[in-house]
Amino acid sequence: MNPFTYARALDAQDAVRQGAAAGSRYLGGGTNLVDLMRETIERPAQLVDVSGLSQQIEERADGSLLVGAAVKNTALAEHRAVRARFPLLARAIASGASGQIRNMATVAGNVLQRTRCTYFYDRDGAHCNKRNPGEGCDALQGMHRMHAVLGASSACIATHPSDMCVALAALDAVVHLQGVGGARQVPFTDFHLLPEDHPERETVLQPGELITAIEIPALAFGANSTYRKVRDRASYAFALVSVAAALDVKDGVVSDVRLALGGVAHKPWRASTLEQMLRGQPADAVHFEAAARAEMADATPLRDNAFKIPLAQRTMVAVLDRLAAVHS
Amino acid sequence: MSTTITINGNAVALPSDPRVSLLDFLREHLHLSGTKKGCDQGACGACTVLLDGEQRILSCLALAVQYQGRAITSVEGLAADGQLHALQQSFIEHDGFQCGYCTPGQICSALGMEAELRRGVPSYVTEDIGAESIACSEDEVRERMSGNLCRCGAYNGIVAAVTEHHVQLHRAAPGAAA
Repeated sequence: MNPFTYARALDAQDAVRQGAAAGSRYLGGGTNLVDLMRETIERPAQLVDVSGLSQQIEERADGSLLVGAAVKNTALAEHRAVRARFPLLARAIASGASGQIRNMATVAGNVLQRTRCTYFYDRDGAHCNKRNPGEGCDALQGMHRMHAVLGASSACIATHPSDMCVALAALDAVVHLQGVGGARQVPFTDFHLLPEDHPERETVLQPGELITAIEIPALAFGANSTYRKVRDRASYAFALVSVAAALDVKDGVVSDVRLALGGVAHKPWRASTLEQMLRGQPADAVHFEAAARAEMADATPLRDNAFKIPLAQRTMVAVLDRLAAVHS
Repeated sequence: MSTTITINGNAVALPSDPRVSLLDFLREHLHLSGTKKGCDQGACGACTVLLDGEQRILSCLALAVQYQGRAITSVEGLAADGQLHALQQSFIEHDGFQCGYCTPGQICSALGMEAELRRGVPSYVTEDIGAESIACSEDEVRERMSGNLCRCGAYNGIVAAVTEHHVQLHRAAPGAAA
């Protein structure tokens, strides 16, 4: 690990002031950043520890939640309002990493975690456009069974590894940011970027900008929601495919639906095509299957990950079937 | 600001180099070798210790300086007055290990898991995630302990040891351990 200086931020203003220095990185729980530093993929000159900042989960009068950036993953999953009103979020968090890591990892750190593509991690042995822009991507012809089938580019086929973020994408969460120039808010689905020609750019964060909170708007039918994760072993593995969904059915008709996919793209993939097709349609298997097929219509499989396309379709249908069964 | 950390009840000075992990600090600086280094990348759970009494964390991914002013319990801090902790005894009685390398992490992790069950923290296999308390089934133990690998494959003994300890706790103080 390269040498660095360490400083604790007193508050968000202080963090942003210290974070403006060249080579500075914010430190949350460290579960991803410390590992990347040990592998010398990340080489910050200074760590600004923001894990002591906002750990509040504020329940607001309009039914929304304002989750402080430093709230631990476990604390968000166990919060009574999250379990009651947003079970897809509690289940998504509980499906990620291990109990120990969920106790350490912060919400903002989860959002900003890097891909687990093995070529990204292999600093001495592999080419990676994300790690070293312009040098090529060894995953394209390599071991890419875990990689993206939606929204990828010839520069990068990495996936975003988070489970929590899939639920936040489905929930229309909002990212609250603080920079030297002031505060701003970004819709969660616009926060992460597709790789295009610049996979080294992963989010819309400006240099030195800090996530201060994640806002989760009220969702009237949020209680009828879930998260399903398909993986190679039953626990403590990254998703091959995952689905976060909430469904509202009235008189057998879909009045509203939210759905996002994990494990298939460079960012949590909001299934807008499926959502538009299903609103106002009968909540049955025929319509669920047609919408799931349409959502994956633009998927581009690689040599070894084509299985993800039917797997994603089946998982979407299974989740929607289960959520619809509550009404019948 | 305090520049110490409390390890098993004793305040000790933190390392000056911020690169030192909590794991290396325990093992190499304090010579508390009970906590084990397995993968050193957060994949195996051998380095699990308890933060502030009941939060299980991975000491390999923790920078020691980040835990300034906090209290860490390693496996050496569990026995009291020469008596093994009841969970340590349960691991012996149920053959919860073969080589023993993962055992300190398994035991610290299981103690943290018990606290999480008491608080109603849901797991991926919890059916009713709105429930006040969560029953300690074998499925729950296996899911919640999945961050601790055992290369000898002593999982059946580990699950039995953890479950038996949980049942004993429940019997001793039914109000305290849901």
